Amino acid sequence: MTGRRYLALFFPWLPAERIRITRPHLFAGRAGAPYALTEKVKGALRVHAIDQEAARLGIERGMTLADARARLPELEAFDHVPHDDHLWLERLADGCARYTPWVMLDAPDGLVLDVTGCTHLLGTETALASDVLARLDRLGVTAQHAFTANPDAARALARWRSVGANEDEAVRRLPVVALGLEEEATTALKRAGLKTVGDVVARPLSAIAARFGSDAAAQVRRIMGEADSPLTPRIVAPPLIVERRFAEPVARTEFALTVLGELIADAAARLDETHEGGRRFEARFFRTDGLVRRMAVETGRPTRDVAAVLRLFRERIETLADPIDPGFGFDLIRLDVPVAERLDAAQLRLEGGAVGEAELAQLIDRLSTRVGRGRVRRFAPRDRHLPEQAELMLPATDPVPPGDWPELETGEPPLRPIHLFDPPQLIDSIASEVPDGPPRQFRWRRVLHDVARVEGPERIATPWWGSRQAPTRDYYRVEDRRGRRFWIFRHGLYGEVAEPGWYIHGLFA
Amino acid sequence: MPESSTSLSRLRRRVARIEGARVSGGPARFATGHAAIDAWLGGGLARGRLHEVMADDSEDAGSLSGFAAMLALRIDAGKPSLWLRTEAAERRAGKLYATGLGEIGLHGGDLILGLLGDDAALLKAANDAARCAGLGALVVESWGESKPLNLTTTRRLMLAAEASGVTVLLLRGGARESPSVADTRWRVAPAPSIALAADAPGPPVFDLELLRRRAGPAGRRWRVEWNRERRAFQPPDGQVDGQALSGAVLPLAAG
Repeated sequence: MTGRRYLALFFPWLPAERIRITRPHLFAGRAGAPYALTEKVKGALRVHAIDQEAARLGIERGMTLADARARLPELEAFDHVPHDDHLWLERLADGCARYTPWVMLDAPDGLVLDVTGCTHLLGTETALASDVLARLDRLGVTAQHAFTANPDAARALARWRSVGANEDEAVRRLPVVALGLEEEATTALKRAGLKTVGDVVARPLSAIAARFGSDAAAQVRRIMGEADSPLTPRIVAPPLIVERRFAEPVARTEFALTVLGELIADAAARLDETHEGGRRFEARFFRTDGLVRRMAVETGRPTRDVAAVLRLFRERIETLADPIDPGFGFDLIRLDVPVAERLDAAQLRLEGGAVGEAELAQLIDRLSTRVGRGRVRRFAPRDRHLPEQAELMLPATDPVPPGDWPELETGEPPLRPIHLFDPPQLIDSIASEVPDGPPRQFRWRRVLHDVARVEGPERIATPWWGSRQAPTRDYYRVEDRRGRRFWIFRHGLYGEVAEPGWYIHGLFA
Repeated sequence: MPESSTSLSRLRRRVARIEGARVSGGPARFATGHAAIDAWLGGGLARGRLHEVMADDSEDAGSLSGFAAMLALRIDAGKPSLWLRTEAAERRAGKLYATGLGEIGLHGGDLILGLLGDDAALLKAANDAARCAGLGALVVESWGESKPLNLTTTRRLMLAAEASGVTVLLLRGGARESPSVADTRWRVAPAPSIALAADAPGPPVFDLELLRRRAGPAGRRWRVEWNRERRAFQPPDGQVDGQALSGAVLPLAAG
């Protein structure tokens, strides 16, 4: 542990400052007005984060928005979005990569940097810290910082700020809250009269462990640098980009495609090293006159099969309305693989099942590339009552969401049609014996149908909790004299709407 | 030279015998479950071949798709099926509804749907798909007269199907019969179902007509009912098993 140096950064107003920086239009003409970020807790809107102005005016975290507004009527409120805050913290961490490659997120509002051996780049630790703070300040982010020899102490010092003759002294002066224990343990420590970390350290650790739990003892050892703290640095995978520059511009499309094939082979070799396969491949052809032609293909499963990917690119080029025009030639061809997933080498099965599956996946990729992802689809069930919403059509290249198709009862005839009209088709000149009874006769597509058999109604109403209310539908399964089976419905009950219309919604087998 | 020519002819005879044996063994077949049809076809429809199904107009679309889905179920290769259709078909006959297909036994997860712009794209996609051994059945649905569909294109489909073992069902709605090399050609039309309690429509019943068959006589008609539990065709209730309707139409049940 000796010799290591850590810089901890703590952003006390992170959510509030994030929204001010990333969405400045919200604050146009209202600079300096207090605002808060709220979240719903047990049905009540509570203040989750505030800006400095609101804090100065007496708003506290955790109070309900109603209370806060009573105290400060002009308080502006925004939704708290934890995911956006996390992304913002990641962005700050990206920025800190200029100082050291070892940056650790201390979610939700801090960073720990391992600056061992990096300080000399800016002279001293103080110079490093002022550089960090100056950059953050320019961005509009308030930060507190601390340097120590172990990450836990640095984190605690940045947050709880105490001063002492030396770092050890400062850590000892931290309040017990800085140990980061659970609330119960913290309260118990305070009740026992242990106000600072130094008080706790002065006791034998075995006694602390016995009374306040082994977590407390472990945390004390970590904050004093007696035990290792696990650090998980962020690892940002470099994007996979391969490119080829030409001294002489390439004017033949066929040659450009050959080069693209070589690039795919390069990318596949690199994917192979990391045991990955690409899901999306993007090719860019840079023309000498500055035009860039982009093309992308996607695959349903991760792949590093050069021939298959090249075939997809050829497929895509074939479907282009205007062919690739090299103009005066391409001087750079670049291929990136923005989406890659794990792909381990697989053994071929003797009976050939895996080969068939792979062939099918390739077929789906090829068709999707040719006609568009949205037009090669798979069905997925969805738990809805309205028949047109009961299933989803998803691109076949996407994974299938889990879900169950409705259970069937033995001996029942099919109750749902195999063809569904969307939108349902209006039928006219319907004749029924009683107004709200089943139809006896109807005309559809200029053909008159005499109903021979009928079952119904099956009443399906729009969900009452939905925002749009539509009339209730009464569905009938009808069969005409020639045996054609239809699914028709009356849109609205008598009394609910004045003149209910009749529609054909589907055809049975 | 005489020795060599006799040995050559002997070899030819031997090859012919081997080939002949294979032809008489024929392709693998899947039964429809309807005893009379299976007996007439010599065990059912051939796997890895092209079969054509015709229907008269868009009101028969349900029967056409239903019959195709049922045949796909009978093929039962344990592999997913691909259903290719044109956008015109979707406008004319409605969307395929997987919940309803599930009610005749075809699991929605086993089906992939491809929508193509026109008949030329449909045939191109069908040709690619027919080569893919990962498919169980390939359904190609075309409505109206299809220009690109002719003897050559069907032959190409047939060759692809023979090589990969994918059974191709070519659905032709609202079209005239045109030359093709299909193994069998059927016409399907809906027929009145056997009423359930309270005169409710029963399980699907079709009138099938075998219009053409490469390896034997055709021109027969049957009336079949789909049994979801057995996943098989059967004669509708109340009809003697195995008795075919020879050209006659059953008197309609009084509504």
